[in-house]
Amino acid sequence: MEYEPVIGLEVHLHLKTKTKAFCGCSTEFGNTPNTQVCPVCLGFPGSLPVFNKTALDYAIKVALALHCQVEEYTRFDRKNYFYPDLPKNYQISQYDLPLSKNGYVDISVENNPKRIGIIRVHIEEDAGKLIHEKDLSLVDFNRSGIPLLEIVSYPDINSAQEAYDYLTLLKSILEYLEVSDCDMEKGSLRCDANISLRPQGAKELGIKTELKNMNSFKAVKDALVYEVERQSALLKEGQALVQETRLWDEKGQQTISMRTKEGAQDYRYFPDPDLPPFIISQEKIEEIQRALPELPQEKAQRFMKTYGLTQYDAKILVSSKNNADYAEDCLRGFSDKDKKSVANWLIGPLAAITSASNLNISELQVPAKNFIELVELVEKKQVISSLTGKSVLQEMAKTKKTASQIIEEKNLAQISDPQSLEKEIRDVIKENAKSVDDFKAGKANALMFLVGQAMKKTKGRANPKVVQELLKRRLSDA
Amino acid sequence: MKLNALTAGELLERLDKKDLSPSEIISSLNRQIQETDSKVKAYVRLSDSLEHQTPSIKHQAPTLEGIPISIKDNICTEGYNTECCSRILAGFKPPYDATVIKKLKEAGASISEKKTNMDEFAFGSSTENSCFYPTHNPWNLECVPGGSSGGSAASVASDEAIWALGSDTGGSIRQPASFCGVVGLKPTYGRVSRYGLIAFASSLDQIGPLTKDTRDAALLTNIISGYDPCDSTSADIKVPDFTQALVNDVKGIKIGIPKEYFIEGLDSEIKVALEEAINKLKELGAVFKEVSLPNTKYAVPVYYIIATAEASSNLARFDAVQYGCRSTIANGLIDMYKKSRGEGFGPEAKRRILLGTFALSHGYYDAYYLRSLKVRTLIKEDFDQVLKDLDCIITPTSPTAAFKIGEKVEDPLKMYLSDIYTISANLAGIPAISLPCGFTRDNLPVGLQILAKPFDEEMIFRVAYTYEQNTPWHKMKPKL
Amino acid sequence: MEIKKETVEYVANLARIELNQKELEKLSGQLEDILDFIDALKKVDIKDIPPTSHILPMNNVLREDTPRPSLSHQAVLKNAPCAKGNFFGVPKVIE
Repeated sequence: MEYEPVIGLEVHLHLKTKTKAFCGCSTEFGNTPNTQVCPVCLGFPGSLPVFNKTALDYAIKVALALHCQVEEYTRFDRKNYFYPDLPKNYQISQYDLPLSKNGYVDISVENNPKRIGIIRVHIEEDAGKLIHEKDLSLVDFNRSGIPLLEIVSYPDINSAQEAYDYLTLLKSILEYLEVSDCDMEKGSLRCDANISLRPQGAKELGIKTELKNMNSFKAVKDALVYEVERQSALLKEGQALVQETRLWDEKGQQTISMRTKEGAQDYRYFPDPDLPPFIISQEKIEEIQRALPELPQEKAQRFMKTYGLTQYDAKILVSSKNNADYAEDCLRGFSDKDKKSVANWLIGPLAAITSASNLNISELQVPAKNFIELVELVEKKQVISSLTGKSVLQEMAKTKKTASQIIEEKNLAQISDPQSLEKEIRDVIKENAKSVDDFKAGKANALMFLVGQAMKKTKGRANPKVVQELLKRRLSDA
Repeated sequence: MKLNALTAGELLERLDKKDLSPSEIISSLNRQIQETDSKVKAYVRLSDSLEHQTPSIKHQAPTLEGIPISIKDNICTEGYNTECCSRILAGFKPPYDATVIKKLKEAGASISEKKTNMDEFAFGSSTENSCFYPTHNPWNLECVPGGSSGGSAASVASDEAIWALGSDTGGSIRQPASFCGVVGLKPTYGRVSRYGLIAFASSLDQIGPLTKDTRDAALLTNIISGYDPCDSTSADIKVPDFTQALVNDVKGIKIGIPKEYFIEGLDSEIKVALEEAINKLKELGAVFKEVSLPNTKYAVPVYYIIATAEASSNLARFDAVQYGCRSTIANGLIDMYKKSRGEGFGPEAKRRILLGTFALSHGYYDAYYLRSLKVRTLIKEDFDQVLKDLDCIITPTSPTAAFKIGEKVEDPLKMYLSDIYTISANLAGIPAISLPCGFTRDNLPVGLQILAKPFDEEMIFRVAYTYEQNTPWHKMKPKL
Repeated sequence: MEIKKETVEYVANLARIELNQKELEKLSGQLEDILDFIDALKKVDIKDIPPTSHILPMNNVLREDTPRPSLSHQAVLKNAPCAKGNFFGVPKVIE
C-alpha cells in the first residue's frame, strides 16, 4: 500500500522591533548574557508588561500578507507551565482570540499552483535560552520577551518538497515585509513540523508525530523525508505508531524519540489581566493593507507581463526583495525592448559573483546604471564579447569602475574593423594548413577552430562574427 | 500632643511655619516604635534599621517636606527588602522602586527600610498569615488588626506611623482600617499604578492610603494617583486635587443603603453604629434610599475563584531561579521547584494557589473560572444600575469588629466571609473608603464604608470629610 | 463536590508545590468545603452574559518602540540563589 504524508508546519518568527514585546530592552542578537534584561523581561515581582506598538503593526502586516482575516477584537492570554527559561513561568501568548485566522499562500507543485492554508497567526513572547553544562543548566534571558509570531499552517502539505517550498516562499514574503531577519541560525525563524501518514486516498488522519530541532529549511526537508520512510516502513510491517515528539539529529541524519511526556499538558490558559484587549479598526487594517509592498509572487507576475520574462527567470529575480529591486532598475533602464539579455546577465554572471563572494547585490557596489552599460556594450553595441564582458563585470565589482573605464584602461574593445584584423587572419591561415584543407573538404567544424585561433591571437578582442566572415571570404577566394 | 500622633496635614502646617524639622518627627516615631511595637508588631525586619531615607531626588514641589510614610511589604522599594512576608522571598531586594514609591520620593516623603507586616502575599484578613508573626490590634492586643494590610493599619492606629500605604484586593485596606479605627481608601481600579506592587490578583489589586483622617487620605491619594505608562491597566484620566473635595456639606447628596448588606451575619453592634451614622448624615442633609444589589451573595464565591486563579499564575514566578529562597535538599529541577515552593509558601498561600490552579485546570475552567467572570459582569452591572441615580452607597465595612487572634485560622471559609462587604468594590472596580463610625461595647472600632462611581473619589472624600467633621471617632486613640 | 486526594496531587504537581501527606489530606477537605460554598454560583443564570476579564473599558494600550536602559549586570544577578558567570544557574534540565 502507498502512503500519503500529511504535514502541517508551525513557524515561529522574531519580529525585528528595536525593543522587546513588553519592555524597552534591546532585541539585539549575540550580546553578553543577561545584559539586555529588566524587571519586566526577568519576571521580577511587581513588574508589568506594556505592549510594543510596532510589534502589533508588524504582526498585522504579516497577517494581511498571508491573506489572513485580522480579528476586530484580540487579546493576550497566559499559557502556564514551569520551565527555567520562562521567567514568569507563564508565557504571554494568544489562545482563543488570536490576532488573525484563515489565511493562505500559493506554492507551485510541478508548475501547478497549490494553496496551503494558514490556520492562524498570533503574537507571543519568546523565552530565554538554556545552556547545559555537566551538572548545571545556565539561563540567559536576553531573548526573553522578544516578540514572536506563530504562523500555523493547515495540514495541507503532502511532501517534504512542498514543505520546503512553503517555507521558502513564506521566508521570501516575510523578507519583503521587512519585519524579520528570518535567520534560522540566529533563531529568528524556527520551524516545527507535524507529520502523519495515511493510505493514499484515505480521508482520516493517521497518528501524528511532532518534529523539532531542525535548524535549516533543508533540515526540515531531510527530517520529513526521513520520517515518511520511517513511518511507512513501520506501517507496512503492520506496526502501530505512537503519538510522540521526535528530535532531528543533524549529525546522524535521523529523528530520535523524545521521552514521551506524562499525559497531556494542562496549560491553564486565561486572559492576561495585566493587558487590556485590542480593538483593531477597519481603518487601521486598510492603512496597513495599503502600505503593503508588492509581494514576490505579484512582482514575478508583473515582471513577466511588463518585461516579457519567462516564469522561471521572473521567479529567480524576485526571490529576494533586494535582488528584485535591483533587477527592476536594470530591466527598466535597459534601452532595448527585449529584456531577455538583461535577465540572463542578472541570473548568470551577476548571480555567480554575488554567490561566490557571499555578498548581496547592494553590497556589491555595481550600480544598476553601470550594469546596464555593461550589458549594452556587450549585447547591443558589441564593443566587447560576452566572454570579455564577464571578466569586466568581475573587475567592476572589485574596483567600482564603470565598464567603459575598464575597457579603455585595459584596451579591451572588440576589433571589428577588417583591416585591423588582416594580419591575424593571414597568420592563422598560414599556420593551420590542415584545418584549411579540412574546411575546403567541407568540414564546417574546421572553420570554428580557425576562428578560435584568430581570437587567441587578438587575446579575445576580435569580433568573432567579423573574423568568421573574413575567414570564410578568404578561404573561398583562394 | 506628641508629634507622631499628629496627622500629616497637621505636620505640614507646622513644617510650613518652620517650628519643626523632619528629623524631630522621625525621632518621635522611633520612640513610639521602641515603646509599643513589641506589643503591636506592626513592622517586620525592624531590627534592620530605624534609619529613614531622606529623599535624595530633588523634588519639584516640596509638598511632603520629609514626612515619613510606612510601606506594606508587598510594594517594591529599591534596595530595601520586599518580601511579601513570605519565606520564599526572604532577602529579596528589588532593583527598582514601585511607581508609587517614585512618586512619594519625588514629593519629598521619607521612606524607611522597615516595612509593615501583612498576610503572606496579601492572602488573608487578619495578618496572621505572615511568615514573621501576627500583628496585634492596638485597641485590643488579643485581637487581630484585620488584613492583609494589618501592619499598615496598626502602625497608623498606634501612632507608630504618620500614615501608610497598603494594598486592597478584596478589602485588604478597608477591613484592617475598620478593625483599627483608621481611614483606608481603595481607589478606583486604574487610578493608582500597580507597577511595583507584587501582584496578588492583577484585575483586583489597588494600592491605597491608610491614614488618621480623611484629609490625609486625600493628600496621599493626590500624590500616588495618576497615569503610569508602565502599567497597561492604569487609567489615562486627569487626577483632580482631592483636597478640594473636602467640603463640610452633604446637603442633598443621594446615598443608597443596599438591603443585602444588612441581613443575618451582621453583628448587631455594628448595625447600631451604622444606623447612628446614617442618622447623623441625614441630620446633615443627605438623602437616603434603600437599594438592592441582588448579586451581592455571589461576590465572595466569585472573588475566591478569580482572585485565586490570577494568584496561581502570578505566583508561579516564585520558583527560586532569578531570586528567592531555593531549597537546599532538592534533587533535580522539578524537585527544586516543588521543594522550594513547598517550603517557601505558607498554608494559606498553598491553599489559594491550589484552588486557583484547580479553577483554571482542564475540565473545570468553564464551570468555575469562566462562570465567575460572567457573574462578575452581573455584580458590576448591579453597581452601575444603582449608582446611576445615586451619589454614593453606604455599608458597614465588615460584618464584625476585630476578632480574636487564632479564632478563624483553622476555618478558611469563615475567614473568607469577613471580606463579604468589601469584595464587591474590587470586583466592580469602584472606589471605596472605610472610616471610623463608633465603637463596640468592648471598645473595638467600627468602620463605615462609602462606595462611589468609578473615578469619583471626590464624592467619597466629601461625604467622609463631612461625617468626620461632625463626629469624634477619628480622634480616638488606643491606650498602649 | 468531592475533591479526591488525587485531584489535589494533580493540581499540586501543576503548581509545582510539594505537599506532605498531612497537608494533602487537610487540603482535600478544605478545598472541598470551599468549592461546595463556591458551587452557589451554579444557580446563577449566566446565559448571554459576557465575561469580565478586565474591569476598565480600556483597549489598545501600547508603547512606542523606543529602547530604554536595561538593568546593570550586578542588579540582575544580585538576588539570584545560584549564579555562574553572567548566567543564572538551575539544576540540570534533562531533555
